[in-house]
Amino acid sequence: MTLNSGTPALKQGLRAWLTSDAPESRFHAQMVQVYAGWQSLCANKLAFIGFMIIVALILVAIFAPLLATHDPSIQDLKATLLPPQTDGHIFGTDDSGRDIWSRVVYGSRITLFIVALVAFTAPVFGLLVGTVSGYLGGWVDTVLMRITDIFLAFPRLVLALAFVSALGAGIENAVLAISLTAWPPYARIARAETLTIRHSDYIAAIQLQGAGRIRIIVGHIWPMCMSSLIVRVTLDMAGIILTAAGLGFLGLGAQPPSPEWGAMISAGRTFIYDHWWIATMPGLAIFIVSLGFNLLGDGLRDILDPKKAES
Amino acid sequence: MPTLNKPNGSNLNNESKSKIALQIENLNVHFGEGHDRFQAVKDVSISVAEGGSFGLVGESGSGKSTVLRAVSGLVTDWDGVIDVDGEHISKKREMSYCRTIQMVFQDPYASLHPRHSIDRTLSEPLRLHKFDNIDDRVNQALIDVGLGASFRFRYPHQLSGGQRQRVAIARALMLEPVILLLDEPTSALDVSVQAEILNLLSDIRKKRKLTYILVTHDLAVVAHMCDEIAVMSHGEIVEVMDVDTMRHSTPKHEYTRELLQASEGYQPEA
Repeated sequence: MTLNSGTPALKQGLRAWLTSDAPESRFHAQMVQVYAGWQSLCANKLAFIGFMIIVALILVAIFAPLLATHDPSIQDLKATLLPPQTDGHIFGTDDSGRDIWSRVVYGSRITLFIVALVAFTAPVFGLLVGTVSGYLGGWVDTVLMRITDIFLAFPRLVLALAFVSALGAGIENAVLAISLTAWPPYARIARAETLTIRHSDYIAAIQLQGAGRIRIIVGHIWPMCMSSLIVRVTLDMAGIILTAAGLGFLGLGAQPPSPEWGAMISAGRTFIYDHWWIATMPGLAIFIVSLGFNLLGDGLRDILDPKKAES
Repeated sequence: MPTLNKPNGSNLNNESKSKIALQIENLNVHFGEGHDRFQAVKDVSISVAEGGSFGLVGESGSGKSTVLRAVSGLVTDWDGVIDVDGEHISKKREMSYCRTIQMVFQDPYASLHPRHSIDRTLSEPLRLHKFDNIDDRVNQALIDVGLGASFRFRYPHQLSGGQRQRVAIARALMLEPVILLLDEPTSALDVSVQAEILNLLSDIRKKRKLTYILVTHDLAVVAHMCDEIAVMSHGEIVEVMDVDTMRHSTPKHEYTRELLQASEGYQPEA
């Protein structure tokens, strides 16, 4: 596609190399797998749109200083509550005269920070608990699953609220609270996957070759749980963003003057009848990013479905 | 119950002077706990000479695969005596045991890890046992099973059933075992491929002087592969015979005769 801009012959060669059914090295085999995944992602329009939204979010977060027209925390009391498109304020200004566009742009960093931290902690912990519990069975399984049940028994936002109020308000504690409440479903999924494969012949084969429990869990069971976990995590991302925004809205997440989207909505709530844009702009941002993750998750479910890939 | 023609190690191999590679005495295997406890294998005793090929036949659920799983260590709830090369095998297996006995499974679609390349499947046992020259060994193993090094970085879903079973055989041979347990190695393959795999197994046995224990319900496979056959029914061995006895359909036990008749019934009339 647009991977290289060389001559057609070179392009043809690269395509043949990427679709080869007899790879010559470990790296080649991985590239073939990646390319096949990329192609099925491109073939699925909605997933591709979702993917582009996520890429756009990441780019906005990286290039925030270039995209922002103003400093997100500088107040200008002579220019408060300006409607969109006035005096160079693309999305207008809020009650302290801060530029909403710049705040939304910088807020993407906070959102991405929350999403990345939660995505790298909760599923990993859930995977660990679920696979260990499913593979070892017995009392380990009973203990770990009852703990999981306890966490599952609380509504997520309520439990997160309890954690945040115990730990103190702030973005790091919000992430911690969200992670603490988000892992049990992943543990459940990982355990279910583990139970279906722990007695399969390929696990028996590696046991006969003398592999220890840790090697089997990490090297042989984790790869089989990954696809369902990735799909679930992507679909949950929207919920995690909303929870983070919810904590911000309730004043327990990011603290002012940090431009967190949920906190911005909360601040704009007081003016929503007269000055709609203050709450609407960050709301739209949350909506678009959540939509992107949901579309991507839906598409990944089609792409990564192991039952489809087997055939 | 008809009287059982139970073999015992001494008179079974009175003619062969070769060493005994595997001897099983009074093996009992149980599944489940409490009220659900079920005896899958009852007082099974067999002995296999070094370099021999021993067939275990019987209908589904007769416990023949369970015997293999107890020998390999996959089933732990057993009692009795299992001797490999004259040494008692404990329930907890040593790492070195992996290099004595390996197993080929029934279904090649289920016995290869779907997310691991052939390279990883074959090189992992070598890494576990700290072999050297891993690259050369993997390539050679693929050539030995008739696949060639071009298959090395493929994934199982890119291979046919027969090719997968060849990879599974290569994996079992990676650690250079002396005894190979074959759990219906061809029953999941179609007929044309079955013969190829059986010939491959025969060739490998000759070349490497391996001892085979083959479990199957296909008497034609046993006739092709084995010198000696034990017939199992309901967890017990009802008869042990050599392959000529089976070919001439002159077994002593009634159940064996039924089994032979049943297998003929499936053959198409010419």
